Amino acid sequence: MQLNKYFTVLFISFLLPCMVNAQNLVHGKKLFETRCLVCHQADGGGVPNMNAPLDGSSNVVGNNIARLVRIVKEGYSEKIPLDGYYYNNVMTPNPDFKDQDIADVLSYIRNSWSNKASKITLAQVQAAKRKK
Amino acid sequence: MKHLKNFFFLLLLTIATQLQAQNNAGLTLPQGFKASLFADTIGSARHITITQNGVLFAKLMYPNKAGKSIIRLEDVNKDGVADKITGWANYGGTGIYVKGKDLYATSDNDVYLYQLNDKDEVVNPLSPKTIVKGLIAKNQHASKSITLDNQNNIYVNIGAYSNACQEKDRIKGSKGMMPCPILDSAGGIWKFDGSKENQVYGDGKRYATGLRNVVGLDWNKETNSLFVMQHGRDQLNSFYPEYYSDAQSAELPAETMYELHEGDNAGWPYIYFDPYQKKKILSPEYGGDGKKEGGENAVNPAVFFPAHMAPNALLFYTGNQFPAKYKNGAFVAFHGSWNRAPLPQEGYFVAFVPFKNGKPSGEWEIFANGFSGLSGEEKVMNPRKAKSRPCGLAQGPDGSLYVSDDSRGSIFKITYAQ
Repeated sequence: MQLNKYFTVLFISFLLPCMVNAQNLVHGKKLFETRCLVCHQADGGGVPNMNAPLDGSSNVVGNNIARLVRIVKEGYSEKIPLDGYYYNNVMTPNPDFKDQDIADVLSYIRNSWSNKASKITLAQVQAAKRKK
Repeated sequence: MKHLKNFFFLLLLTIATQLQAQNNAGLTLPQGFKASLFADTIGSARHITITQNGVLFAKLMYPNKAGKSIIRLEDVNKDGVADKITGWANYGGTGIYVKGKDLYATSDNDVYLYQLNDKDEVVNPLSPKTIVKGLIAKNQHASKSITLDNQNNIYVNIGAYSNACQEKDRIKGSKGMMPCPILDSAGGIWKFDGSKENQVYGDGKRYATGLRNVVGLDWNKETNSLFVMQHGRDQLNSFYPEYYSDAQSAELPAETMYELHEGDNAGWPYIYFDPYQKKKILSPEYGGDGKKEGGENAVNPAVFFPAHMAPNALLFYTGNQFPAKYKNGAFVAFHGSWNRAPLPQEGYFVAFVPFKNGKPSGEWEIFANGFSGLSGEEKVMNPRKAKSRPCGLAQGPDGSLYVSDDSRGSIFKITYAQ
């Protein structure tokens, strides 16, 4: 009985978040492959002068979460250099993405290839949208 | 023992292949041709042009480490490698074209004219004449390519700042605008006077329309007409999965070469050219379904190539160095695709199309391959992995062909030795 309780606590406090986390990354990967990969490429390297890289990009692993949320949701067409280069192509918006989708796809790209940044939670996406 | 023999044979074969590739600066060429590295890491070399004395000028997309964006390359000791390299200007761009001692170069908004002296050195690096100014450049398809005809008219590509002229660009379900308002000021070729200063849109003429984006263009001196290579539209499958599969989207639409006369319309955004049906097909943004035809008034392509390979340079060969089959034919530099992903990418080579009496006279073929630096049959999966990406073409006074690369910044020189 005591042991059973112990497992329940362990499950809720540690294993469950881990499982949810892994599931989020799987969902994020799927979204990336269907919506982002054509332009940003399988290696996250983008296309020189056309589509911005996600792998190693200072914006992607940076702390301006509100900006990342806005770019995923609303797309991007400004001519602003990223790490010294300009990218000419327009980013397609994803107006149908739910807040959880945005959190999952951002968590995936922030933790793929050479990127190692914090995961994005649903609460962070909602907070970012309120900020706007 | 037999295995060992096989192993050594394979080893020798590999070494021989490698040496062969190194001999030709890593390129694979038809029998009798040779390639050398004329220059390396000069910066993001877009288009190139060569004077009658053999001095080469390259336009860089970004100023290089020394802050220069027009690079002058001269091979003083004539060993096939540029040994005197200088530069000037600080604006990025694609277009460059020399005619006699007049050197034209473009930013994304303007066309400038520099004067060369009898040694083909620039006389006025800091004070060029502004020939055309204030052209539309809205990030997408902003680069300006140029060529001149025999009457000193300059032809400027003004790319459409859109994929398919949707009300909202690249948004699923957004309809195509009718008529497409972009065509008033972009999506075509404009003609200006090559010697008049400070021209704006009103001084020029929309020479041809319905062209999404042209990067490679050349004046054909045999037909006395303009030829261009269009970059075809993207994302048929992302926006219309009900009509196009991943595989179809990777192969549609064709990259097209057009011969253009004044007033011609190539049909963008209302139609695209399907290389399998060999027809002008109505764009899905305008009610098409992948089968309905359209563009009754649009010109047909002179030549069509597989999709998305990004033709960035076109050159009609007028030299005498290459074998007779190349005379007056077209070389096309394919920068290489990116939007075939997740399928392997295509392009990253220079193609050749034979012409006879001003018309294509045979199938296109790959002329120079191996720019990506990958070995054998290996394909480029991700564009950033390609070592070099062909972007510009120029013909030397001795008939040699030069190819520029905006990735590594190399200039390849291709010659023919009987």
